[in-house]
Amino acid sequence: MSRMTSTHVVAEASRAEVNYDLVKKRAVSFFVHLFLILVSLSCLFPLWWAFASSLKTQQTVFTDLSFFPKDPQWSNYYYAWAKADFSRYFFNSLLYTAVVVVGVVLIASMAAYAFSRLKFWGKNVMFLVLISTMMIPIPGSFIALYVLLNKLHLVDTRLGYILPQINGGLALGIFLLKTFFDDLPKEIEDSAAIDGCGRFRTYWHIALPLARPAIAVLAIFNILAVWNEYLLAMLVLSSKDLMPLQRGLMVFQGAHITQYPLLMAGIVITVLPVLAVYLLLQKHIIKGITAGAVKG
Amino acid sequence: MSFNQVRKVVGSYVFVAPAFLLFVTFSLYPFLKVFQLSVTNWDGISSSMQYIGLENFKDLWLDNPVFWASMKNAFTVTFLALTAQNFLALFLALLCDRDIRGGNVYRVIFYLPPVLSGIVVGLIWNWIYDGNYGLLNHFLRFIGLGDLARAWLSDAKTALIGVSVIHMWKGFGWGFVILLAGLQSIPRELYEAARVDGANTWVMFKNVTVPLMIPVFILVSILTILGTMQIFDIIISTTGGGPGYHTEVPITRIVSTMIGSSKFGYACAMGVTFGLILLAISMVQIRVSKMMRQV
Amino acid sequence: MHFVKNFILTFLILFFAGCASANKQDPSAITIWHWMSDRDEVFQELAKKYEDQTGAKVKFDLFAPSEAYAQRVKASAQTATLPDIYGVLGEKRDFASFIRSGYIANLSQALGETKDGVAWKDDFFKKAVSVNEFLPGNEFGVEPGIYGVPLDVTTIQMVYNKKLYEKAGLDPEAPPRTWEEFMGHASILREAGIPRLVSGFGEIWMLDALASNLAMNLMGEEKVFDTYRGKVSYADPDWVRVLSFFKQMTDEKVFVEGAVTMVNKTAEQTFANERAAYAFNGSWCVNVYKGMNPDLQYAAMLPPSVSNLHPARIWGGAGGSFVVNAGSTRRDGAVKFLKWLTDEKQQAFLAEKTENLPSNKASLGKISPVLASFADDMDNTTHPNIYPVHEFPSVVEAFDKGIQSILIGEKKPEEVAQDTQKIKEKESAKARAN
Repeated sequence: MSRMTSTHVVAEASRAEVNYDLVKKRAVSFFVHLFLILVSLSCLFPLWWAFASSLKTQQTVFTDLSFFPKDPQWSNYYYAWAKADFSRYFFNSLLYTAVVVVGVVLIASMAAYAFSRLKFWGKNVMFLVLISTMMIPIPGSFIALYVLLNKLHLVDTRLGYILPQINGGLALGIFLLKTFFDDLPKEIEDSAAIDGCGRFRTYWHIALPLARPAIAVLAIFNILAVWNEYLLAMLVLSSKDLMPLQRGLMVFQGAHITQYPLLMAGIVITVLPVLAVYLLLQKHIIKGITAGAVKG
Repeated sequence: MSFNQVRKVVGSYVFVAPAFLLFVTFSLYPFLKVFQLSVTNWDGISSSMQYIGLENFKDLWLDNPVFWASMKNAFTVTFLALTAQNFLALFLALLCDRDIRGGNVYRVIFYLPPVLSGIVVGLIWNWIYDGNYGLLNHFLRFIGLGDLARAWLSDAKTALIGVSVIHMWKGFGWGFVILLAGLQSIPRELYEAARVDGANTWVMFKNVTVPLMIPVFILVSILTILGTMQIFDIIISTTGGGPGYHTEVPITRIVSTMIGSSKFGYACAMGVTFGLILLAISMVQIRVSKMMRQV
Repeated sequence: MHFVKNFILTFLILFFAGCASANKQDPSAITIWHWMSDRDEVFQELAKKYEDQTGAKVKFDLFAPSEAYAQRVKASAQTATLPDIYGVLGEKRDFASFIRSGYIANLSQALGETKDGVAWKDDFFKKAVSVNEFLPGNEFGVEPGIYGVPLDVTTIQMVYNKKLYEKAGLDPEAPPRTWEEFMGHASILREAGIPRLVSGFGEIWMLDALASNLAMNLMGEEKVFDTYRGKVSYADPDWVRVLSFFKQMTDEKVFVEGAVTMVNKTAEQTFANERAAYAFNGSWCVNVYKGMNPDLQYAAMLPPSVSNLHPARIWGGAGGSFVVNAGSTRRDGAVKFLKWLTDEKQQAFLAEKTENLPSNKASLGKISPVLASFADDMDNTTHPNIYPVHEFPSVVEAFDKGIQSILIGEKKPEEVAQDTQKIKEKESAKARAN
């Protein structure tokens, strides 16, 4: 009788414990979600404002504070596209972004792999020198850059616009990737060497796939940088056929007059592709990918 | 030396060759040019310039209190970013690392501020901080703290912090993305093993997460320092460096020297000085990281 | 693996496609680089018109915003790749530097050429030409002459909202003329709960404009110039008085909250949305206000006069000007085009389409009345680019930042005057040493 009673008491006690635990979990989860939602709202607000403003008129863009205008001017998107000549510039931006990102990822990952995994003379000095470019801002370098590009006959060419941007992404890329490569377990490399893989094949088939999260991060950083770039374009490019998207947006920003609704429409148009690509890249930051390699 | 040995040595250099080539052309050469210009009195336009030795540097280091005040402002913003911004980024990354409902959506949303163009950021935050019709003042009056309402960007006490908040809001997305990638690279088995050993969330964080994330922390803090010290666009689109010199930062000083005073050579000296300071800070950080790795 | 292979292949194809440079430009076309985004369309129209009329091809290239434009021009100057026609955005000393380095053609002869007894330069407002002119004995050592062609004219003064005036019980047709009247109207507006003066004082050159207007009115141009020359100290009571005007306006809360760090675009929004009774702005504001609030009822006025002893002054003169590249092979064609561009008909077209004051006096007929009221005050204008002597930039900055300190109640006028004088002495000593 007492045994049954004690079991019953223990069972009751554990159920109470379980309930308490559950309540705590639910409460924590609630506050966590609340916090996440608050932060998210603050991030979404400007984008929403830009979208709502793009549907208003120049007269009402700052006076109409409604969440969504009663008379949305969807035609603003058509005008923005046409006036900013986006069809001409969209392809250019896509090209520049793709080439620069692939260039940065390939060149930076090769160098990072060498700095992290290979041995050669001058390795540390070279690494420091390369990284230091990230650290020394040179606001006055635009003249030297232009003079250089002019000497190389790269002014007003696609290559002249692409190469400096690849170079711009290298320091961060090398630093980021070296940090990730440094943490790769040596056993994987050793087993690859045993299997007869040379340095390049180890790099290509083993190290690169394992660094996928870092590469995805690097890709997103550079996609954003190239997509939003305009200062270099203004400096290096003259022909309208070579100009990137941001040149299109300039049309709405006069020295004195800014056509806000059209500008906001243009901004929304330029932001959407970046977000779409980011969504796609998110899938590549897959957790546990190193785990799989260790197991295998 | 055998052919294989030569091949081995050269092979390693082939890995770094493209990067090095680009670097020498597009980074080293302009940097050397700027360094060369910093010892002249060039105005940015003339076809002639005079070598003046270390005059620019002497004046900058000994007789330019405004520049060093701007450096102090940048340090203040950077300190806030290193602490508040990165703690927020880490906290959010930790939350999103677990299989949380809607995790993917949150990841995209938190990345929105960096994606937004500076124009929109400037417009929105000018509106939020506006003295008369600003959203912040509306909110304060709404919750009964109307006494605190003011023109946030014009008040000497709050202008710099106000600008810092904008910067942190725009910047936490970067840290978030990198930290999340780092967290996701930690093998799940380690957490499983710790849980089997009876560890709770805090112990797991202390013994599994933190040690493995140290290199990423160092990376994020170096990037935060570098990025925040070079703050510029936000300031230009909100306060212009004012009121007075309260929100001036090194880059705004360099630009106004280059364009406002046409002292290109002097501005280059400012740039070199600023860069060397940043370099020194980063070197210290890398040193610290090496030491922490050995612990 | 296939995906990666295909991707690399695509990348290589794109890369080599990327190497192809753009189509070659038409070698006979006159190239013009400009920064005025709002006028690009109109410029393209005018270029076509010119080609139809004369057969000569003209190409307008836009580079914006103006900071990017200025960078590009400076970089191109270093590599001899400047176009036939361009603009120098900057102060007079930058203009002088360009000229001394041989990048700009001296257009005095072309501008002086008479046709039926009227020289080309006589078409323009005198001040618009003076801004582009270097007089004999100028402080920059530039050969005297006229080096630019003014495209339009701007003035910087004040505007007031007639409807808000009515609301406060003031006469909408009687803006304040003297300082006392202005402060009087301001306090009436204050009692009516209407915010008063807004401006983009975050852009410190606007503060400088207002301050120098008041200074020249109070002590006369010559004394201001003597201060720049170093003969008069900033601690002089007249300068302290100028700074006190700002203190007075701060104490009586004349400025709209936040004006001290406002960018001008925000200030324009504020006035256009009837949230301020006065604005200190330039004649370009007509176009801006029209776009934001076509029903806005306002008029231009001069800044209130602080003294009868000296004439009131406002900043005005050329808005944008074009220069001709001295090394251009199409120089004559370029000059011919500029003549056509600034001709009465084209100027009227430009003014009509873009609501800017034309630089050609004869084209005033077609502009809106409110814009024309800005032009009425052209005789009172002056501009730093016309001054016979210039102040050190760091002294100007210290002075303007000092005014900002007064606006936030951080410093007193006497302190700012002393601080400015200290910097002036430091800079003068440095200049003497070199």
